[in-house]
Amino acid sequence: MSGITLSTRRFRPQGLLPAALIVGAALTYAVVSLATAQSAQLSWAGIAGLLQRMVALGITACGQTLVLLVGSIDLSVANLISVSAVIAAHVMNGRPDAIALGIAAAIAIGVIVGLANGLIVSKLKVSPLIATLGIGLVLQGVLSAAYDDLPGSVPASFRVLAYGHVLGIPLALLLLAAVVALAGFVLSRTVIGFRLYGVGGDARTARLAGIRTDRFVIGAHIAASVTAAVSGLYLASWLGAGTPWVGRDGGYDLDSVAVVVIGGTLLSGGRGGVAGTIAGVFVFATIDAVFNMLQIDPFLGQILRGLIVISSVAAYTFRGKAHVA
Amino acid sequence: MTAKILTHAVSRPPTPRVAWRRINPTIVIFLVLLAAICWISPLYRTAPGLMSLLQRASPVIILSAGQTFVLVTGGFDLSVGSLITLVVVACALITGGDGSLTWIALLAAYGIGLTVGLINGAIVAWGKVPSIITTLGMLLSVKGVAMLWSGGAPEGYLPVNLRYFGRYVWRHVPLIQRLPVAVVVLVGSLAVLVWLFHFTNFGRLLLMIGDNPRAAELSGVPVRRQRMLAFVISALAAVTAGILLGGFSGVSVDVGTGYELEATSAAVIGGVVLLGGEGSMTGAIFGGLTLYALFTLLNLIGFPEPLRVAVQGLILVAAAALTARRSGTRQ
Repeated sequence: MSGITLSTRRFRPQGLLPAALIVGAALTYAVVSLATAQSAQLSWAGIAGLLQRMVALGITACGQTLVLLVGSIDLSVANLISVSAVIAAHVMNGRPDAIALGIAAAIAIGVIVGLANGLIVSKLKVSPLIATLGIGLVLQGVLSAAYDDLPGSVPASFRVLAYGHVLGIPLALLLLAAVVALAGFVLSRTVIGFRLYGVGGDARTARLAGIRTDRFVIGAHIAASVTAAVSGLYLASWLGAGTPWVGRDGGYDLDSVAVVVIGGTLLSGGRGGVAGTIAGVFVFATIDAVFNMLQIDPFLGQILRGLIVISSVAAYTFRGKAHVA
Repeated sequence: MTAKILTHAVSRPPTPRVAWRRINPTIVIFLVLLAAICWISPLYRTAPGLMSLLQRASPVIILSAGQTFVLVTGGFDLSVGSLITLVVVACALITGGDGSLTWIALLAAYGIGLTVGLINGAIVAWGKVPSIITTLGMLLSVKGVAMLWSGGAPEGYLPVNLRYFGRYVWRHVPLIQRLPVAVVVLVGSLAVLVWLFHFTNFGRLLLMIGDNPRAAELSGVPVRRQRMLAFVISALAAVTAGILLGGFSGVSVDVGTGYELEATSAAVIGGVVLLGGEGSMTGAIFGGLTLYALFTLLNLIGFPEPLRVAVQGLILVAAAALTARRSGTRQ
């Protein structure tokens, strides 16, 4: 469907896919925890722990969803998460009065990186894979060159973000919910969202319909980088310090793309949404939890994870008639 | 006839600029970098110095030449770094330092490469999973196999006759005095790859698939088989690079980390168009040489080691932007 008609229609829901993914993953989790006699995993604390594992990946994946929807991709998020965590911890340096400044610094870095990614992709016409890989390498290089001089820890009051509760609900989950709700609202209820789908579905048609496609590509990249920066802030709060390898070790670049695709968003853009993405994140969190409960060797777990990513994407794609590269 | 001339005139105006624009700019950039290196360090003004530069550049060149087969079909192979790691770990574990087992280890290494290439290719061609997802997934899995096999911290070392390929230098060779075995391996591998790419129908059809897979299929090209073989070639090139690298460095689980991006960067610098349809072995080879010459130059002028990666990133983006301008298409 072209962007012109899309803007007058209601958002096309993703159907039952997200619900099916969540129910399937939740059932597996429940069965495994009962079968291995670890019913503590089914208590509120256990489930909250499971959900908490979704936060960092979930926030990043929301931004990644927007980028994939406009037909681009962002592989710089992992390194950006590390940069954000390190910058925040460096600026805060244990002082509670510098929290706001630290948050602002991390978000500002996110905006700058997103702007750079978006401009390179839309104005210089560089393939988004190469552009964001390149920017990711730049971030990684600068970080590893500078991290000896960037110690620092976050003040105790900032760690509330990761460990605090509001009415029994972890604060981090509320943060995730807010990001998901915001992305979902923009995509399904605003003109910006409709046009975003239009740009991803067929950039040429969208341009002919008078949409400034470049702005949407740049905007989506900024959104993705800012969500990655927020993830970095959360991880700094969770770990108490900005570790320069937190993003890459977490594998957030592949994982964020994988969960979005598992959630039914097309890698080529134009179709999908955050509901599927969050279902994909839930699937990943339960995979980790199930591997843990079954006490699978972590290296074997890594092998299985790679295969699960490939086979779950194949489940969508293998029926297609067109060739992919 | 008239129409043909007309389209020709429209698409490519016969200005004198065209002639020099056809020269791959990478060759010029490489020569400039080489001149700078020679100017700074007298070591590289001698034949043995240049040979050692070529020796250390050979893994990246072989990798980027192999990667080009996949890139021109419009795909990516990001699993080569992990494959290098697995090859080095496998060689160390199979031989256990015993030189008599080297041939078995080499056979096993190429067997592993063949398997990984076939899996990558089959998933992309028949499973229709985009290669970026497939090979990133394989990157995880192959590294996982290396970790699982070695228990996370590989011990042991490669026997001398296995390190021979990467390390050994023949002395008293006429004209150039010293000839590293790695350079011979490089020339041999490139001869095979250049022949496959430029002188067989297999190579020409790869370019055709990258340009328009549907048209290729309609004209009877076995698109799936071609695509799969491209991944196999890339994987076998990675095994060769891994054997050379095993000769340079020790056995660890990080031997191959980052090489997938170096290979892709090198190919992009050499003007191989991502998303397929355009590229040459000359470009890939000089892309690899340029990248390595640049690293050498940065080293010579005392550029901080960690920032090398940042420079690589900038060059990757700049080269892709330049190619996009030159070809007028989205790169």
